[in-house]
Amino acid sequence: MSATLATPPAATPAAAPDEPALQARGLRVWYGQSLALKDIDLDIPRHRITALIGPSGCGKSTLLRCFNRMNDLIADARMEGDVRFDGESIAGPKVDAVSLRRRIGMVFQKPNPFPKSIYNNIAWGARINGYRGDMDELVERSLRRAALWDEVKDKIHRSGLDLSGGQQQRLCIARTLAVEPEVILMDEPCSALDPISTARVEDLMDDLKDDYTIVIVTHNMQQARRVSNMTACLMPDVDAVGGHRTGVLVEFSPTDLLFTNPKDPRTEAYITGRIG
Amino acid sequence: MPAPPTTLNPTDPPPPADDPWGGQSRASAVAEVVAPVLLALCGLVTVLTTLGILLVLTVQSVQFFLKAQVGVGDFLLGAVLKPEASPPKFGILPLAWGTFLVAFGASCIALPIGLMSAIYLSEYAPRAVRAVLKPALELLAGVPTIVYGYLALLLVTPVLKAVLEPLGFRVDQFNALSACIVVGVMIVPLVSSLSEDVLSAVPLGLREAAYGLGATKFEVSTRVVLPAGLSGVAASFILAVSRAVGETMAVVLAAGTMPQITANPLTSVETMTTYIVQVVGGEASYGSAKYLSLFAVGLALFAITLTLNILSNLVLRRYREVYQ
Ligand SMILES: Nc1ncnc2c1ncn2[C@@H]1O[C@H](COP(=O)(O)OP(=O)(O)OP(=O)(O)O)[C@@H](O)[C@H]1O
Ligand SMILES: [Mg+2]
Repeated sequence: MSATLATPPAATPAAAPDEPALQARGLRVWYGQSLALKDIDLDIPRHRITALIGPSGCGKSTLLRCFNRMNDLIADARMEGDVRFDGESIAGPKVDAVSLRRRIGMVFQKPNPFPKSIYNNIAWGARINGYRGDMDELVERSLRRAALWDEVKDKIHRSGLDLSGGQQQRLCIARTLAVEPEVILMDEPCSALDPISTARVEDLMDDLKDDYTIVIVTHNMQQARRVSNMTACLMPDVDAVGGHRTGVLVEFSPTDLLFTNPKDPRTEAYITGRIG
Repeated sequence: MPAPPTTLNPTDPPPPADDPWGGQSRASAVAEVVAPVLLALCGLVTVLTTLGILLVLTVQSVQFFLKAQVGVGDFLLGAVLKPEASPPKFGILPLAWGTFLVAFGASCIALPIGLMSAIYLSEYAPRAVRAVLKPALELLAGVPTIVYGYLALLLVTPVLKAVLEPLGFRVDQFNALSACIVVGVMIVPLVSSLSEDVLSAVPLGLREAAYGLGATKFEVSTRVVLPAGLSGVAASFILAVSRAVGETMAVVLAAGTMPQITANPLTSVETMTTYIVQVVGGEASYGSAKYLSLFAVGLALFAITLTLNILSNLVLRRYREVYQ
C-alpha cells in the first residue's frame, strides 16, 4: 500500500476537528404515506468509522441515503427534520445535492461498476467534476489506495465488468476515492463478497479512516466489531394498531461498549441473535 | 455405458400407489418431446419465408435482365429511368437517390426528436406525464401510413408553399421535403418508444453510482444511461431508417413519382417503393420488361436494407457497452 491521496480532504476551516461530520436532528423519512424512520438524533464523528446495525427493513439504508440526499431520486420519498454536514444544513430544496454528493461518496451493496473500462470507471467521476490534473496518475493512485492496482494494472483498459465481484467492489471504492470525498457511505459493501475480499475491504477501511469519515451499514456483527469505532443500532418500532414498522434509533455508543454492555434491551436481544 | 436406470436406484422398492409424489415422470411427457419440434418448425417458417422471397425476387430479376437487355451495371448506376422510351432506359439511380433523400431527411427529423423524447420520458418526465405520453406515442405509431400522406397533401405542402413561396422558392405540389417531414414525424414514435424501453431498462444501480459521484441529471442521462443503452438505441434507429426506406403510401402522396436526381427537395422525386407501386398500378402488361423491372428494384431494395442491418451490427458489436 503506497502513498495516501496527495490532498487528504482537509476539514473545512470553520469546522472544529471534534465537531461531528454529520448530524441528524429529529429526522423523519416517509415513503408516500408510510413513515420509515422517525426522530433520529445522531452525530457521526469525523475521521472515525461508524457502523449502522439493525434487523432488515429497520431503515438503515434509508438513513444512510439521507446523508447524501440519495433519497431525492425516489419520487415519493420525503425527509423531515435537520441533517447537517460540517455544521451546515443539507436538507431542503435550496441545497445543491450534486456538489454535496461529490463531497459525500457512496459505495453500494451490489457492486455497480459502469459498463466502461477500469480506467474510465475511475476517470469518469473526476472528469465530470472538472479534474484538470494528470488523469493516469489519479487512476493509478485511486486503484492503489483501494488495493486493486496490482491485480488490474495490466488490463486497465478492459471492461470493469470482467472483474470478479470482490474486485468490482474495490473498483467501486476506488471510483469513489477518485473524486476525493470527505465522507464515504457504505451500504453493506461486503455482503456480496467472499471472506478474503471482505477482509481486504475491511483492511482498506481501516486504512482510510485517518483521512475519511466512514459510515457503514452491516448485517455482520463481527464486521461491525472489527472495523467500527462507534455503532448505532436501529430497530423497527411496531405500531400497536396497524402493525406498521417504523425505524428508530435505540442505541448509539462506542462499539466496544455497545457489544459488551448494551444499555438497551432491544440492542442486547439483537446482538445476541434473539431478534432479526 | 449401461443404460441409465429408470429410477434413481434400481434396488429401491417401487413407490407405494398412494405416494403423493408418485405421479408420472414429466421428463418423458408429450410436451417435452413435441415442444422443441414445434418451436423449431416455427423458427423454420421465418427462415423459409426469407429464402422464398429471395428466390422469387432473384428468378424474376434474372428474367428482367434477360428480357430488357440491360447489364447489372447499367441498371444500378444508370441515371435515366424511362421504361416507356424506345429503347427503354432502366437506370435506377434516380430511385436510389429519391429513396436516400426521403430516408435521410426523415431521419434528420426523427432520430434527434425521437431520441430526445426517449431521454425525456425515461429520465426527466414525472410519472404522471410519462403515464400519458408513452401510450399516446404508441398509439401514434399505429396510425395507418396513408393518413400521413393526407397530412402531407392537406397540411404540410400548403404550409411549405405559404412559407417558402413568398421567399422566392418554388414549391411543387408533390415535393420531397414534404415527404421527409411526414415520414420523419411518422417514425418518431418508433424511435422514442423503443429507445425509451431500452433506456429505462438500464439498471438503477448505474444511475445511483453516477449520482453518488456528484453527477448532474444531464450527465447521468447522456454519459451513463445513453452509452449503456446504446445498442438498443442504435437498433431503434436502424429500424426507423428501414421503415423510412420502405415507406410507400405516405411518400406517393407527398413526393409524387418523378424519377430525377436533384438536390432541390422542393421538387418531386420517386423512391424505389413508389416506383413499384406505380408500375403495379399502371398499365404495364404481365411479363413485360417494365413489369419484371419491379422485381429487380425489389431485390435492390432488399439488398440495401440487408446491408444496412449487417453494417449496423458490425458497428454495434464494436461500440456497445454491456451491462449486467
Ligand atoms: N423505494 C422505496 N419505496 C417505498 N418504501 C421503501 C423504499 N425503500 C425502502 N422502503 C421501506 O422503508 C423501510 C426501510 O427500508 P430500508 O431499505 O432502509 O431498510 P434496511 O434497514 O436497509 O433493510 P436491509 O437490511 O434489508 O437492507 C422498509 O420498510 C422498506 O419497505
Ligand atoms: Mg439496506
